[in-house]
Amino acid sequence: MLGFLFRRLGDIIPTFFGVTLLVFFLIRLIPGDPILMMAGERGVDAARYAELQAQYGFDQPIIVQYFDYLMGVFQGDLGKSFVTKKPVIEEFLTLFPATVELSIMGILFAVILGVPLGVLAAIHRGKWIDHLTMSVSLTGYSMPIFWWALLLIMFFSTTLGWTPVSGRLSVLYYIQPTTGFMLIDTLISDEKGAFISALRHMILPTVALGTIPMAVIARMTRSSMLEVLGEEYIRVARAKGLAPIRVIMVHALRNALIPVITVIGLQVGVLLAGAILTETIFSWPGIGKWIIEAMNRRDYPTIQGGILMIAFLVMGVNLIVDLLYGIVNPRIRHKR
Amino acid sequence: MKANFVKVAIGAGLLAATALAAPTAASAKTLVYCSEGSPEGFNPSLYTAGTTFDASSRQIYNRLVQFKRGTTTIVPGLATSWDVSADGQEYTFNLRKGVKFHTTDLFTPTRDFNADDVIFTFMRQFDKNHPYHGVSGGSYEYFNAMSMPDLIKDIVKVDDYTVKFVLNRPEAPFIANMAMDFASVLSAEYADKMMEAGTPEQVDLEPVGTGPFQRIQYQKDAVIRYKAFPEYWEGKAAIDNLIFAITPDSTVRYQKLKAGECHVMPYPNPADLTEMDADASINLMSQEGLNVGYLGYNTQKEPFTNPKVRKALNMAINKDAIIEGVYQGAGAAAKNPIPPTIWSYNNDTVDDPYDPEAAKAMLAEAGFPEGFKTDIWAMPVQRPYNPNARRMAELIQADWAKIGVDAEIVSYEWGEYLERTKKGEQGTFMLGWTGDNGDPDNFLAVLLGCDAVGGSNRAQWCNEEFDKLIQQAKTTSDVLERTRLYEEAQLVFKREAPWATIAHSIVFEPIRNEVVDYKIDPFGGHIFYGVDIKE
Repeated sequence: MLGFLFRRLGDIIPTFFGVTLLVFFLIRLIPGDPILMMAGERGVDAARYAELQAQYGFDQPIIVQYFDYLMGVFQGDLGKSFVTKKPVIEEFLTLFPATVELSIMGILFAVILGVPLGVLAAIHRGKWIDHLTMSVSLTGYSMPIFWWALLLIMFFSTTLGWTPVSGRLSVLYYIQPTTGFMLIDTLISDEKGAFISALRHMILPTVALGTIPMAVIARMTRSSMLEVLGEEYIRVARAKGLAPIRVIMVHALRNALIPVITVIGLQVGVLLAGAILTETIFSWPGIGKWIIEAMNRRDYPTIQGGILMIAFLVMGVNLIVDLLYGIVNPRIRHKR
Repeated sequence: MKANFVKVAIGAGLLAATALAAPTAASAKTLVYCSEGSPEGFNPSLYTAGTTFDASSRQIYNRLVQFKRGTTTIVPGLATSWDVSADGQEYTFNLRKGVKFHTTDLFTPTRDFNADDVIFTFMRQFDKNHPYHGVSGGSYEYFNAMSMPDLIKDIVKVDDYTVKFVLNRPEAPFIANMAMDFASVLSAEYADKMMEAGTPEQVDLEPVGTGPFQRIQYQKDAVIRYKAFPEYWEGKAAIDNLIFAITPDSTVRYQKLKAGECHVMPYPNPADLTEMDADASINLMSQEGLNVGYLGYNTQKEPFTNPKVRKALNMAINKDAIIEGVYQGAGAAAKNPIPPTIWSYNNDTVDDPYDPEAAKAMLAEAGFPEGFKTDIWAMPVQRPYNPNARRMAELIQADWAKIGVDAEIVSYEWGEYLERTKKGEQGTFMLGWTGDNGDPDNFLAVLLGCDAVGGSNRAQWCNEEFDKLIQQAKTTSDVLERTRLYEEAQLVFKREAPWATIAHSIVFEPIRNEVVDYKIDPFGGHIFYGVDIKE
């Protein structure tokens, strides 16, 4: 197991270099000089332009710039934002918990709803419940997030008034961030009602973000379950007279879950991409929105730093998923 | 067991979703503003974005002179009065006494505002050797853009309550510059204290000002909280708390306004305007913006060197169709190069009429009976003064085709577009301008002055008669005289037609009915001092 872990960690190093190279050069290929962008219609004179170029290090050859950047990264320094002049890592760490919190809720929503729906559809294959679940999940899968999110807001927030429109907490509560996770921060604060407010703010973004992964997981669980349910050992288990619920939950589901876990792992990337849209619509102060804004302003250090951190995260999650396989199915473990 | 758990969980979820009402506001008056984005920082001299100014200069700070709310008129601020020397090169400001700075966790002021604070504020931006000059990136773009480094010769503390600015040349718009956001006065005492503590950048992150609101919390991309400063020199604000709920999506901002989650929102989506207007709980305010959108001719390139050609093309453009199709009603036809909210706007100017027949005749007179080939450069970005340059270019292209002018539409990435038009590669081009200080000079000299050719004068237009008038207007501080000169300059502009003036955008601001005394700021800002909420 340990060898397997080290091998996987070894794979991460080239990936890391690949990501830095790709991000560093790709964003410089996007047309748009950050200094001219900043100056806009007002313009900037040649002397001032040169001064700013030197300040941002753009007067150096691009290779030198890249190595400077790389050296910084090795020392944990992702540079300073052109816009806010604050260290990128500091901004990332303040905003990141909001994205993590939303993603965790999204994936929980997707798994808690998706797996049972898939199982249900598989057991009742071909019946109305199967058709219903599958068409609902197909709709969920095809719905563009921003559209779905706006529909949710218009129906639940504006028309029914059940949930707040956007944000993480009612602005009437004054909570100082300690962990950055709003549900935890409000729980430990002494503002009465703040936790409930945070929970209510969580509902729509969670649904909006979790819908696509939920649909994918439901469909995957269904097909995987159907396959397993046809296996010999299931028939044997049934023939032994085991309770149907036990056959399904213990014998079938556990084996059916292996491909589902892979999918859940892959959904983390989808989730982060979805978070960018969800965060913009729900005014959620996370990294998705932060990176989008940085791209619009050609804020190179922020884009580079943000994407590098996300890449790390996705690599980390995939590593964990690989390790989880081993726990669910020992046969997969450490085979070359 | 499992089933029970699920039941309990579903029950709890439903309870949370339905049974709990939103928290009720305490008795304190709180105004929530759904702002469009996070500020870049809290020191307005370091930045140029309106979003930053809304969050900093317009609530937290004061300037020596200020714009009267809702107008471009200059009134006393931290200076009670000012004198201009006979040669127009010395401005002496008499400072207000008894003005207090905010007290924060980091700083408790021991003295009132005085000349040291003014000296600190401007020397930091002006003097490259000032200990604070390089702090927080040290780029003072607006100070530079308004040519302050060339303009200012020296800043002198005469006594504790008198400061003198010595200029290199007479420049009447200087006083308007002093009312701009970058001229917001910071505390020198706070700066010294932070320098001693080794954390000078705190001055720009944790603001201390003299303004009506004091910032108490900021969470990036989420919320900014202010409370009214009880010792504010003009008297405490009518509201007790001011909250910026940062909401970047305009449709979501509108939903929040409808749901009562905010009182004021900026930049509505044009598609929502009709519905907003019909909503009884919302007051949809509107005003012409301090901007102009135009189509410029490269007056140094054939055939646009001939004013008749320019005039003919102007007459071929159907402005009403553009306002309908491009601005979707959120625009007003422009006849002058300055917007009507600026003083000295010439009401007597007669716009070129839309008359394709006359245009064709004039073009023939100019020697182009068959028309000619040219290009129209369309900006790749959206601006209030031109929400859709591509569409506008297509409409103008069709209009010109009717008089035989065959125009090709050209576009570049924004930075590239600006660089190339500066150099004069275009035949005709679209652009616009949003005013900085409400002074006519800020439009007329910046965009049309001879000095600005090869820079922001992208029509490359240098007319002696026009330039003389605007240069003269710079050297006198008599507003009546200046008005006369600018009015005349606008007539010269119209006669010579270096641009087709297209439109001024109309700014819409939906506010909830309970908000009273809110005024649209001609500079596009959002100012909450003087605003109240009806119980």
